[in-house]
Amino acid sequence: MQAPVGTTFVGMPAFPDAARDALGDPVLRHNLAHATGTIRDKRARVVAEVDDWEDLRVDGAAVKDTALADLGTHLLALESALTARGARVHWARDAAEANAIVAGIAKGHGVDEVVKVKSMATQEIGLNEALEAEGIAAWETDLAELIVQLGEDRPSHILVPAIHRNRAEIRAIFRDRMAAAGRPAPDDLTDEPAELAAAARLHLREKFLRARMAVSGANFAVADSGTLVVVESEGNGRMCLTLPEVLVSVVGIEKVVPTWDDLGTMLRLLPRSSTGERMNPYTSTWAGVTPGDGPQEMHVVLLDNGRTRALADEVGRQALRCIRCSACLNVCPVYERTGGHAYGSVYPGPIGAILNPLLQGPGSSAWVDSLPYASSLCGACYEVCPVRIDIPSVLVDLRAQVVDAKRIVPDVSAADSGVRPRQRPAAPSPQSLAMKGAAMTFASARRLGLAERFAGVGTSLARRLPWLPGVSAWAGARDLPQAPAESFRRWWRRTDGGRR
Amino acid sequence: MRVALQVTCLNDALFPHVGQAVVTLLRRLGVDVEFPEAQTCCGQPMVNTGYLDEAVPAVRSFVSAFSSYDAVVTPSGSCAGSARHQHGLVARRSGDAGLQAAVASLSPRVYELTEFLVDVLGVTDVGASYPHEVTYHPTCHSLRMLGVGDRPRRLLEEVRGLRLRELPYADQCCGFGGTFAVKNADTSIAMGADKVRHVRETGAEVLVAGDSSCLMHLGGLMERQRSGVRTMHLAEVLAAQE
Repeated sequence: MQAPVGTTFVGMPAFPDAARDALGDPVLRHNLAHATGTIRDKRARVVAEVDDWEDLRVDGAAVKDTALADLGTHLLALESALTARGARVHWARDAAEANAIVAGIAKGHGVDEVVKVKSMATQEIGLNEALEAEGIAAWETDLAELIVQLGEDRPSHILVPAIHRNRAEIRAIFRDRMAAAGRPAPDDLTDEPAELAAAARLHLREKFLRARMAVSGANFAVADSGTLVVVESEGNGRMCLTLPEVLVSVVGIEKVVPTWDDLGTMLRLLPRSSTGERMNPYTSTWAGVTPGDGPQEMHVVLLDNGRTRALADEVGRQALRCIRCSACLNVCPVYERTGGHAYGSVYPGPIGAILNPLLQGPGSSAWVDSLPYASSLCGACYEVCPVRIDIPSVLVDLRAQVVDAKRIVPDVSAADSGVRPRQRPAAPSPQSLAMKGAAMTFASARRLGLAERFAGVGTSLARRLPWLPGVSAWAGARDLPQAPAESFRRWWRRTDGGRR
Repeated sequence: MRVALQVTCLNDALFPHVGQAVVTLLRRLGVDVEFPEAQTCCGQPMVNTGYLDEAVPAVRSFVSAFSSYDAVVTPSGSCAGSARHQHGLVARRSGDAGLQAAVASLSPRVYELTEFLVDVLGVTDVGASYPHEVTYHPTCHSLRMLGVGDRPRRLLEEVRGLRLRELPYADQCCGFGGTFAVKNADTSIAMGADKVRHVRETGAEVLVAGDSSCLMHLGGLMERQRSGVRTMHLAEVLAAQE
């Protein structure tokens, strides 16, 4: 397994190819169906308890939209509130800048290791690998992240990154890999969940007590009070946020909420959507440095890395409301069957299928362009999203952007020579030819009637349904319907709508 | 009230008996439904594949075929969803203000069959009789895009002799998804295979749904498996008088 670098995993194939491998793994299929089914049911139960859930979703979307509509103002307010409370604020345009800032702080303190709170932003920028390249070990302290890190694996879920592993696999990883990273697992370790957790606890405790620097993300950053917030279940985050002397938080710029009061709405939405709990066990909030208590040096790295690109996308910008709850993953029928690795990013599932293209830009790679198509558009994701991201609509809009990007391709050779790049049309794909054919056929009923007449009994599905090419892909496991003797329109004309 | 049938391109070409069932059913309920021959396709296959320009001619022919009617009835949650939720998008893309206005006026008059029966005609007992073991799959676009809720179920419960078997995990997608079925064929088939397993668990003789597209996908899988379970469009069941 390759380690993640940046938002994408190195050399990821397009979704259909990656999905094929996952679909062929019966253990993975079983692990995923069991785990997503369990979280899905838990979420449904606790959401049903809240009478005003739908109103709450509207409020949650409004909080984030308010922040995003005037993001610059709220970020500057956040910066000044943080600075006033003794934190140092850094701005990072991309992954490389953010990684360099964190590595610089670590080197400034002469540390060769940091403990980490589970954080999507640092996964996104490949911070662990960047620190490792500088000789600094980054220890993941969230249980599932620890499993992924020790297994030299890749995360496959936003909330439960080791969702693709069962307990027997976890036991094997602990027994084989813990010793090389610190305190070894006990010799008599079984695959009982309590024993596995106890082994992780002892292994991690030694790191919490030793580390002089911690790295976190933040679930929310409150602009008016200059407060960062981390929501977690295990208490490892609380350890990292309080024990080391230096704390660096890498925070995506879309994490800002305008006021302290806004937090109430978000903290009601997140745990029920995410872990299916009424309330999460640990909510840590911190604002600046308090002498003699907790970290004495606090840094906040505000990360863009494609977010302003996403913000400029009129339809897609709603994806920046995302609070990383992963409810959309757990209800997604595609995710349930392929798992997260097939999406090739730390952001898998329906949100990953829109967020990765929005951050990187449709047309930037075959992998990015395959993601908006990794959905049957069933709409289950939109139904559960706590901040009402209309994922199906964004998927369709991104598909149009992918197609539009291919209508015209920039002439790279001209760009290199410094001449204004000329545009030349891309070579048409079989799909685009099929769609152009369908457009012509459906432009007139006469043409459609002719097409139906000439696609007689026994001819291909593609002749009958001009928009559905790829009969071999269809017929691999599905019989083709019997073509009828006459179309509906011919029947209607011949019988005067059944009256003759 | 002038009522038009939008038969859908799929039913027109491959499942004409579904269109015929709608005609039989509506006539029995006193609706003299017409079939405007200028109709082609709602344009959804192109829109959902990202080909918005290519969907413009289909939306134009939809508007010219149906604009003069008081109600447009279609035996497809997916195509009704396309007309109500996507035609505006395509019209905006065309830059044609006339088309945008025509779409805005027409879209609210497009009904999925069960919406038309329950909301416009106000009936749930359509005089059908179909003495068989049946299970019902609520298709995603009828369920989530249109929100047809329990309308199909209320209609099925009034069918004489019909015994409705609960479908486990009924609200999970069948995996068709338009061009998804061929672009991501492996995932589509894996989703469909699970749906078929649940259908077979019910012991029903017939799988009923309101979208021929989903039934074509599931029926294809079930035939390949020689499952012995037939597929029927909801319109056919409601038209039946066995």
